[in-house]
Amino acid sequence: MSDEQPADGPPPIEVRGLVKRYGELTAVAGVDLTVQPGDVYGYLGPNGAGKTTSLRMMLGLIRPTAGTVRLFGRDPMESVAALDGVAGFVEAPTFYPYLTGRRNLELLAAFDGHGAGSRIDEALATVELADRAKDRVGGYSHGMRQRLGIAASLLRAPKLLLLDEPATGLDPAGMRDMRLLIRRLADDGMTVLLSSHLLAEVEELCNRVAIVRSGKIVYEGEIAALKRGAGTEYGLSTTDDERALAVCRAQPGVSDLHQKHGRIVFTADEPTAAQLSQALIEAGALIYALAPQTVTLEDLFFSLTEDGDPAVTPAVAEPAEMAP
Amino acid sequence: MLTVYRWELRKLRYQKRTYIGLGAAVIVPILFVAAVHFRNHHGHDDFAFSSYLNRSGLAVPLVILLFGAIWMFPLITALVAGDIIASEDHNGTLKTIFTRSLERWQIFAGKTLTAVTYGVAAILLNGTVAIVVGCLQSGFNPLQSLSGTIVSAPKGLELVYVSLLIYLLPILAIVCIGLLLSAITRNSAAAVVGTLMISLLIQLIGILPGLGAVQPYLLSTQFNAWQGLLRTPIDWAPIVQSAWVCALYGLPALAAAFLVFLRRDVAGG
Repeated sequence: MSDEQPADGPPPIEVRGLVKRYGELTAVAGVDLTVQPGDVYGYLGPNGAGKTTSLRMMLGLIRPTAGTVRLFGRDPMESVAALDGVAGFVEAPTFYPYLTGRRNLELLAAFDGHGAGSRIDEALATVELADRAKDRVGGYSHGMRQRLGIAASLLRAPKLLLLDEPATGLDPAGMRDMRLLIRRLADDGMTVLLSSHLLAEVEELCNRVAIVRSGKIVYEGEIAALKRGAGTEYGLSTTDDERALAVCRAQPGVSDLHQKHGRIVFTADEPTAAQLSQALIEAGALIYALAPQTVTLEDLFFSLTEDGDPAVTPAVAEPAEMAP
Repeated sequence: MLTVYRWELRKLRYQKRTYIGLGAAVIVPILFVAAVHFRNHHGHDDFAFSSYLNRSGLAVPLVILLFGAIWMFPLITALVAGDIIASEDHNGTLKTIFTRSLERWQIFAGKTLTAVTYGVAAILLNGTVAIVVGCLQSGFNPLQSLSGTIVSAPKGLELVYVSLLIYLLPILAIVCIGLLLSAITRNSAAAVVGTLMISLLIQLIGILPGLGAVQPYLLSTQFNAWQGLLRTPIDWAPIVQSAWVCALYGLPALAAAFLVFLRRDVAGG
């Protein structure tokens, strides 16, 4: 969390029981999440999981069927004043193609008031679009529009930034630049909610995540806690794997034991792994290799959103901050 | 609201359809007067309203109003009224402007005012160009009223402009219908064509046999209300009737457009 954010007061985003139905289709099925000041909060889920619909409700663009959204304690459906200090975009940022980048920002700054116009040059410089500001947006590349979207958000001097797939469609350099920009904004104390498919990006940028599947949150909390909850997966090879398997079965704290690619694979914490190595030696199964396998956010994501790899599924079935 | 209005006007400056409508408003009277000149030059001066047109250039805008009422002005008006909300859907920019600091009603009011301004500008531009080219052709001469009396040129000029303002009553109703279709269809072409089709359909109803009783309450009839000004004494009845009949068409459409705009989910774009 940032030191610049007030610790008290309502959280930047508080969503409770959020539901959106379109006829028979339930796009969002009771989402609860809380974004705290200073969070860089990842909102993850496969296509059609309800991420964008949730974000639209958070920004007051669509009415929830049920549930509440509060931004710094204010309801965005009641008045656009609830968006004071809030900015962002859902799906691709959109602009008037026949106006220049600068004109678009001038228009949005006029709609914002509160001196937003004085921030245009700074915002353009931040997203490195100053030299193309006089070109019509119709001629902008996708990446330039994404960056202009960030610039449009910065005009509002936001305390909370909601970004929906900001790196989608960008080339590797553009993705890196976008990541650096978000990192810089977060370091400046901005709270960020980042919806993304790019799990490596989320893992690098975010401290907390919500993972949504079929319109429901299946995990909300710190990435570190999610990983801890998943335990560490170890790969083991010994001089006598049959005997080693028996030792592993008998060792308390070892779970998800199986063989894969000629190795023994199991999940355990570090003290358990240390005790197991001693037990293996005592049993005469000498160790060739006992190595922890890194569990990535991607592994955990797939285990939560698909039937997934059984190696991690049981371990994350009861994460530390599992949503109700 | 004025912020939106200023920016909507500025946006119109960058869009082709703005110039198509205003261009038509300028070119039609020029072509019309050129055609009158051509016929006179070849001795064919016995066409409809030729005596009015050849006596005074001030008759030109009124004759154009008579013929343009059916499709031209509703179409020019619909070009902006039908597009002004639907194009935001097309560009996906509703979500951009709805997440700034202006309330939806302010945005709607600004857009409505812009569509009205465009309709007013098109009619006044057309009328002014028609007066200028008409006077170049036939002179700034006294105007013959529909009752046969002669009205001085300055008084005639005043009557022409007041006629244009009265003609704006049904045009404002068309603006409201265009805004409603623009908000509902979310498609510029459908809204523009739909607005024109409604205007034409109402006129079609007016010529159907056996429907004479509804004629005074049709929007198409109100396009001719300005003719009351050109009678001696002035016949205010059709003008007053035009005011409330147009309000009956326009205000519900505007209210419905407002509610649709206010309550809509911006789920696309």
